[in-house]
Amino acid sequence: MTDAPPLEIHDLTVAYHKKPVLWGIDLVVPRGKLVGIVGPNGAGKSSLIKAAMGLLPLSSGWVKVFGEPVAKNFRRVGYVPQRESVDWDFPVSVMDVVLMGRYGRLGLLRRPGKADRDIARECLEKVKMLPYASRQISNLSGGQQQRVFLARALAQESDLYFMDEPFAGVDAATETAIIALLHELKDKGKTLMVVHHDLPTARNYFDMLLLLNMRVVAFGPTEQVFNYETLQQTYGGRLTILSEVAEAVRAKG
Amino acid sequence: MNNLIPPFNFQHVFVAPWTENISTFGWTALMGFLVAAACGLVGNYLILRRMALVGDAISHSVLPGIAVAFLLSGSRGSLPMFLGALAAGIVTTVIIETIHKQSRVKQDAAIGIAFTSLFALGVIIISLYASKVDLDQECVLYGEIAFIPLEAPVRFAGLTLGPPTVLRMAVVTLLTGLLVACFYKELLVSSFDPALAISLGINAIFVHYALMSWLSVVVVSAFESVGAILVVAMLILPGATAALLSQRLPVVLGLTLAHAALSAVLGGHLATWLDCSIAGAMVVMGAALFCLVWIFSPGEGLLRRCGDMVVSRWLPRRVGRAD
Repeated sequence: MTDAPPLEIHDLTVAYHKKPVLWGIDLVVPRGKLVGIVGPNGAGKSSLIKAAMGLLPLSSGWVKVFGEPVAKNFRRVGYVPQRESVDWDFPVSVMDVVLMGRYGRLGLLRRPGKADRDIARECLEKVKMLPYASRQISNLSGGQQQRVFLARALAQESDLYFMDEPFAGVDAATETAIIALLHELKDKGKTLMVVHHDLPTARNYFDMLLLLNMRVVAFGPTEQVFNYETLQQTYGGRLTILSEVAEAVRAKG
Repeated sequence: MNNLIPPFNFQHVFVAPWTENISTFGWTALMGFLVAAACGLVGNYLILRRMALVGDAISHSVLPGIAVAFLLSGSRGSLPMFLGALAAGIVTTVIIETIHKQSRVKQDAAIGIAFTSLFALGVIIISLYASKVDLDQECVLYGEIAFIPLEAPVRFAGLTLGPPTVLRMAVVTLLTGLLVACFYKELLVSSFDPALAISLGINAIFVHYALMSWLSVVVVSAFESVGAILVVAMLILPGATAALLSQRLPVVLGLTLAHAALSAVLGGHLATWLDCSIAGAMVVMGAALFCLVWIFSPGEGLLRRCGDMVVSRWLPRRVGRAD
């Protein structure tokens, strides 16, 4: 069990309406790494983490989480969805949302108890959202919403985290806070797979990068993978992005 | 004008129902409350999932379900009716999902296709076998609460309990409350964030079908009293009104019950005054309550919004907002 990698994907293909969005993905993610998933729009970044969590039907291949199918190991998987994927007018408080992270550990007919509330409070404290615990979620800014989602993922107490663009539309302070938290989790031996759309920061944020464009273009330690050739392969001939890439590579050198 | 609106007699409209006519008024109002409460509780989740139209769809497609159930079983007993409605509800849900997922047709259009076709099928079955199917089309569409007090009451262990329809509805309403309480967290998380629910090991698809099935059960039990069209109002009005007053789901659910009770009692009074369809009067009062809340709601009612607009336009800088 302890030797099994947090995430192992073999020959994964996912298709929407018969159009493949992911093709022949092979991946073994080592433990305790902060992995950035980078690629152009429509590269299948979100699809990859959804497929890995069993949220999408697979056309072929398999996914193993700590050596088991994800359905058997769902307690070890935490999820931060895209912020826009939920209705923020929903009649729940910040506390209610964070408590949802505990639901996977509660049996049928069980309500979150005092211990769960204490954990939820700790998680809110970690993202500095405890003063907002009883707020209705529609009264939050984008950055605060993202912190709530992060607190919920922390409350899941998982070993492998999937995060879908946690930095999208957040303020600089939140971005710094989130990245510090991700490093803290990594230092505790957690594995994090983070979809990220900003190339220049990707190089500084992550230990490993997964360059994705329907297929795995490159996967490895950031300093090895982040170079002009692989990025060009990932982003194709898109001029604006390529100049951005050139700049990023120059900044690196 | 006098010919159009019956004279208002306070004694007749407000006093008599609670004194000499309590046996009829009480049962109709209780039935109205039970229907609105069960529908309202389920309806809250339809509203949260933006599936209000699906409630409309299922309330209509239950018709062929009970027609077929009647043809197969030859009886109008509750069990075949429930099973027929259940099957129809699930079939409708499956059809909507399948059309939506397996073609480019969007969900709202898929709903429109599924329920109108099934409803039409029901209309054909009923008109074909009208002699065999003892279903009154008018009753199916508009319902009739007024006959309920006339039913022979159920007696159990020497006690006179009440009209069977009311008892059956009471069981359904109690079960609805119980299910919402027991599966509160599953319903909550799968409505708010279905992807998270699945990643937590909660089968959001099963929850969806269970909700649709229970919706069919509630709709078919409400059918006789309020009919296929007014039941939609009962599904949506209580929850929509409650949602204007609170942003905490448990409070919203409580207010839903309050709205159900108020609209049932006030509707009963209105029907006594106008001598009109009781279900219709209850829905009208439910809608009136919605409008009142919409205008006067302290948080974001129309008045408050107008007030805020006036304040911000006419007193731009002299009055700083506290927050």
